[in-house]
Amino acid sequence: MLKVEGLSKKLGDFAVRDVSFDVGRGDYFVLLGASGVGKTILLETITGITFPDAGRILFDGREITQEPIQNRNIGLVFQDQALFPHMTVRKNIAYGLRSRGAGRGRTYKQTEEIARDLEITSFLERRPGTLSGGEAQRVALARALVTEPKCLLLDEPLSSLDVSARSGMRALLRRLNRSGLTMVHVTHDYEEAIALATRIGVMERGTVVQTGPPDEIFRRPASEFVARFIGIRNFFPGVLIAGGDAEFRFSGLVLSILTDAKEGEGYIIIRSEDVIISLEPSRTSARNVFAGVITDIFPVRLGIEVIVDIGVEIAALVTKESAEGLGLECGKRVWTSIKASAVRFVEA
Amino acid sequence: MTRKRFEPVHLIFMGLGGLVLLFIVAPLLGMLLSTTGGQLAETARDPEVAGSVRLTLLASMGATLIFAVVSVPFAYILARKRFPLKQLVNGIIDLPIVIPHSAAGIALLGIISRGTLIGDLGERVGVRFVGGYAGIMAAMAFVSVPFLINAARDGFAAVPEQLEKAALNLGASPLRVFLTISVPMAWRSILSGSILMWARGMSEFGAVLVVAYHPMITPVLIYERFGAFGLKYARPVAVLFIGVCLAFFVVLRVVAGGRRHAEG
Repeated sequence: MLKVEGLSKKLGDFAVRDVSFDVGRGDYFVLLGASGVGKTILLETITGITFPDAGRILFDGREITQEPIQNRNIGLVFQDQALFPHMTVRKNIAYGLRSRGAGRGRTYKQTEEIARDLEITSFLERRPGTLSGGEAQRVALARALVTEPKCLLLDEPLSSLDVSARSGMRALLRRLNRSGLTMVHVTHDYEEAIALATRIGVMERGTVVQTGPPDEIFRRPASEFVARFIGIRNFFPGVLIAGGDAEFRFSGLVLSILTDAKEGEGYIIIRSEDVIISLEPSRTSARNVFAGVITDIFPVRLGIEVIVDIGVEIAALVTKESAEGLGLECGKRVWTSIKASAVRFVEA
Repeated sequence: MTRKRFEPVHLIFMGLGGLVLLFIVAPLLGMLLSTTGGQLAETARDPEVAGSVRLTLLASMGATLIFAVVSVPFAYILARKRFPLKQLVNGIIDLPIVIPHSAAGIALLGIISRGTLIGDLGERVGVRFVGGYAGIMAAMAFVSVPFLINAARDGFAAVPEQLEKAALNLGASPLRVFLTISVPMAWRSILSGSILMWARGMSEFGAVLVVAYHPMITPVLIYERFGAFGLKYARPVAVLFIGVCLAFFVVLRVVAGGRRHAEG
């Protein structure tokens, strides 16, 4: 639906070069990269706030590279929301409709509808300056959504929110995507990418170095950079069962974890350096001990990575000395232990 | 709580400042005190004085309104766009502030008097510059428009560009963005620039004197009465005019300040 081809743009100290990616209809595409790699420029170029130095942008098969911004109908939610401080929330939301020539009646009706949907009805008459971060973000979303964009771009939509507002906003974004809206979300936070993305594009120094579904990006990082930037090798979707001791069920396995999150679907992340390999089922404080067979073993920048099949493939990072000392090799049967406190849960 | 004590040197600075304040206030106060209420009332009833005060206020206001419409959009361009020779353009805008105002009047005469393109064009449509309202407004605007342009430009520069981008993204045309986002957000600066231009225009003497001795604006009237009848006759007019200017100035400032609170 949205196709970016060989896009280059230099703007002040920031630059993107030769960026290409493809976003399908209904995708939740997350552009993941450290701050300062040019993610915001990329969004501004797609919306038409700035024009590229080179490359093409196609939308529904039609080239829109030189199309004026007001004709593109690609919504953008700015990182700092960019709400108009001299207007009430209601007027902020109505702004796009009025600008497109909607009458008072229709504007009122649609504003009320979207306000109800995003639960902002109670502060429609307030000024943006009086809103909390989460409220302002919902208003910014409402303002973009009310014009019914074919695609919504989000610049770090969760970064200005506190933890409690964040999970609500995540749920809202997911709901919008599931209702059919194509979304492009820019972030530096891989947890956001895991929780939301159907596809991920990883950005490094102004260009997209890998695109693919999340499991491919995390399990098979295309470059050392991606692997290091992502920083995690083990992540699995499943269901959290809360209670006295929380449990996470996935792929026929049950893992004890420490979390105060609510029950429900989600992902767990285990850093490869937190997975311990032993030849015997050890008696340690680790709650999660699984038997498995080594399927792969290879050197990485720091140490040796060992892939063990325990029902799912799990990566463990060990030192060269350990690998040699234990005689680790493909096909060998080993035990893996994971401390419950080393498992990080991300709610979906 | 500790009270902040003044350093001795700061007390000296304040003493010097007090002298400057006295220098400004003393002549005005002296003039006010040596004018009786009877004189003032009589002057206010003088149709020549009342007419000239009205003319001065309205001419300056007219000049401000006309030039606001023309130069506020230009101030926006100055704040937002980069173009060649922009520094030169900014310098040209400040030029009227530094040239002597009688010289400004002479220069202005050169393009609006009879026999010039603008002068003849004006005559054909019934606008008289030399010795006419249009000439007074032109002279006032020439010396005062830099205040409006500079204030508006600073006001626009302070509007976050992000907001304009957001408005464009929502489908607004550039003109609509200018009218609904940029101008309202820069409104305080534009308004205070306008007040400044209006006040500056009202107090203009030199340039107007050269372009139009008649009809007589109040600063010219004060000068004429001083020349013809002496200090005693010029003073009540001066006091009255200052009073009227101050009253308008305060009212407008309060109105402008009130908006600031409303925007909170």
